[in-house]
Amino acid sequence: MQTLTNRAKPVDRRPMTFMEKMYIPAIAKGMGITLKHLFQRKATVSFPEKKRQFSPVFRGLHVLNRDEEGRERCTACGLCAVACPAEAITMEAAERKPGEEHLYREEKYAARYEINMLRCIFCGFCEEACPKDAVYMSETFAPAMYQRKSFIYGKQDLLIPNPKTHLPVNNFRPKKYNSQT
Amino acid sequence: MTLLSIDWFFLIEKILLISGVLVLSLVVAMYSTWGERKVAAWIQDRLGPNRAGPMGLLQPLADGGKLFFKEEIIPTHSNRFLFILGPSIAMMVACMTSAVIPWADTMTIAGRQISLQVADVNIGILFIFGVVSMGVYGIMIGGWASNNKYSLLASVRAASQIISYELPMGLALIALLMLTGTLSLKEIVEQQRHDLWNVVYQPLGFFIFLICAFAECNRTPFDLPEAENELNGGYHLEYSSMKLGFFLFAEYINMFISSALMATMYFGGYAYPYMDKLGLSENMLALTGFLALFIKTLLFIFLFMWVRWTIPRFRYDQLMRLGWRVLIPLALANMLITGALVLFRHH
Amino acid sequence: MGMSTQQIIFMVLSLVALVSALGVVLSKNPVTSVLCLIVTFFAIAGHYVMLNAQFLAVVHIIVYAGAIMVLFLYVMMLMNLNSEIEPQKRNWLKYAGAVSGGALLVVLVAALRDASVPALSESSVEIGLIHNLGKLLFTQYVVPFEVSSILFLSAMVGAVVIGKKD
Repeated sequence: MQTLTNRAKPVDRRPMTFMEKMYIPAIAKGMGITLKHLFQRKATVSFPEKKRQFSPVFRGLHVLNRDEEGRERCTACGLCAVACPAEAITMEAAERKPGEEHLYREEKYAARYEINMLRCIFCGFCEEACPKDAVYMSETFAPAMYQRKSFIYGKQDLLIPNPKTHLPVNNFRPKKYNSQT
Repeated sequence: MTLLSIDWFFLIEKILLISGVLVLSLVVAMYSTWGERKVAAWIQDRLGPNRAGPMGLLQPLADGGKLFFKEEIIPTHSNRFLFILGPSIAMMVACMTSAVIPWADTMTIAGRQISLQVADVNIGILFIFGVVSMGVYGIMIGGWASNNKYSLLASVRAASQIISYELPMGLALIALLMLTGTLSLKEIVEQQRHDLWNVVYQPLGFFIFLICAFAECNRTPFDLPEAENELNGGYHLEYSSMKLGFFLFAEYINMFISSALMATMYFGGYAYPYMDKLGLSENMLALTGFLALFIKTLLFIFLFMWVRWTIPRFRYDQLMRLGWRVLIPLALANMLITGALVLFRHH
Repeated sequence: MGMSTQQIIFMVLSLVALVSALGVVLSKNPVTSVLCLIVTFFAIAGHYVMLNAQFLAVVHIIVYAGAIMVLFLYVMMLMNLNSEIEPQKRNWLKYAGAVSGGALLVVLVAALRDASVPALSESSVEIGLIHNLGKLLFTQYVVPFEVSSILFLSAMVGAVVIGKKD
């Protein structure tokens, strides 16, 4: 059979020599390897105290963006829901009433916007599909929760704080998860 | 009869010593569980327990507490008395061996000569053998009383393993006894204090003893009796709560005691090189001697762990073949050669 | 002062030995019988220690309690003995047992009537220690010792022959 790589190593099926049957050299070699590992750098990250750095392309939990005046960018066009391969996004559109211009940027907005984080595969297609720069993926992952329904993130969980009324945007902390940098 | 008339100071001193030795073995066994997990973790490039206390040092307490609060289950149709007797025997036997180990030389406190050995019986090594051969009852009774086929089979396997490895262990020791000419552990240590360590004269004997000690303690690569991942835990399958804890704990005490024994018989015990040339007082000598023995023992315990996380488990037929076809002939040959050399030296 | 410590220990050991020996005979469960027998062996080992024969005591424990009884227990546990499958004992067996037991009693009484307990000589106090025992075994009793070793050898050969036959 033709090998796919040049790393293939044929199995040595010769009967063992006396030295090999004694096993002691092999055991000594193995003990040497384990001893070496005893002093090697440990792979563990002590999680709550230390955190592994996310890569710059990491796709975590979604956020719904606001514009500079604190108005919701989302116009409930449904492109993200269409793009979603896991069908994790549902939304209900509503019309902006007069006097709500400071809340919603467009005439149409999402009255309900839900992402099921148990369905979501964090592919990032919604982010790419959004024509209004409303959906972004942050650098956090979904925390552990006791109930399945807690994983359905609504608008209040997804929307970033209003920059007008809250502190600057980058201080945003997602739902029930307070120690993320 | 002076043999049995009671000297009260002597009695108090012995009781204190016995409690001290028991506490020492229990604490060492407790922290061996911690050490085992740390060594396992380090060998596997992990950190190991580090949440309970600094460096995870309170982990054994947490584990013990957990075991105490677990539900206590005694299977129906099992023999209740024997079910409880099993782990009790295992624990008791594990604690008994420490009686004849000389932990240090004599100390003089308030004008009294105090021997840091619970009992310097003139048959010290045979006593250990007697006690070790009792150890198998804990496993057998526990396995049988569980009223479970798997426990029974595992206990049968364990019993045959322990009986098989007792033989080469004894033969290896006989060679040592020929060399030293005494059964008293104290005298064996004193001989090594003024001479080279016994391991120099008995390298093969030591190696056989080491392998058998692994087998007697049910440690990897001989941990078939309790192979967690293929026998569901072996003879203690039906045990829960602290009764399970006793079985597990007995293993660690056994490990500590057999490490101390190996250090005593082959590595000079409380004797260390140049100990008589340092010009220390008697009490300091005893103290440093105890430290030396303790360090040697800890090194052996580390060896036990190091091997456990390196070598995979033997298959059962391999285990038996190693015991009967390799170790016993080797031990016999070692005995013969030693005997011939001892004779040669006498003439 | 009624009894010396030694006498008290002797009494206790004898009591333990007798009770556990009765337990061996009277117990319904064979595993309990074996365990009682082990206790008996320990009590007897205690008697050996009282006689200053520590070597014999330990060897007694190693050989009987540690090796032979383990094998007994081994077999008992694997046989799955319980009351349901126990065969019915015939009546004549009970009568035969009673008769032979009575005969044994008569013989024992007759033997004990004539027996006198010889006092221990001073030199024999140390005989149970390993040094003296070894010396005696290899000088005065060397022939029986070697003969018994041949017996063991033949037993070993027999075991190997049986083990090889498959």
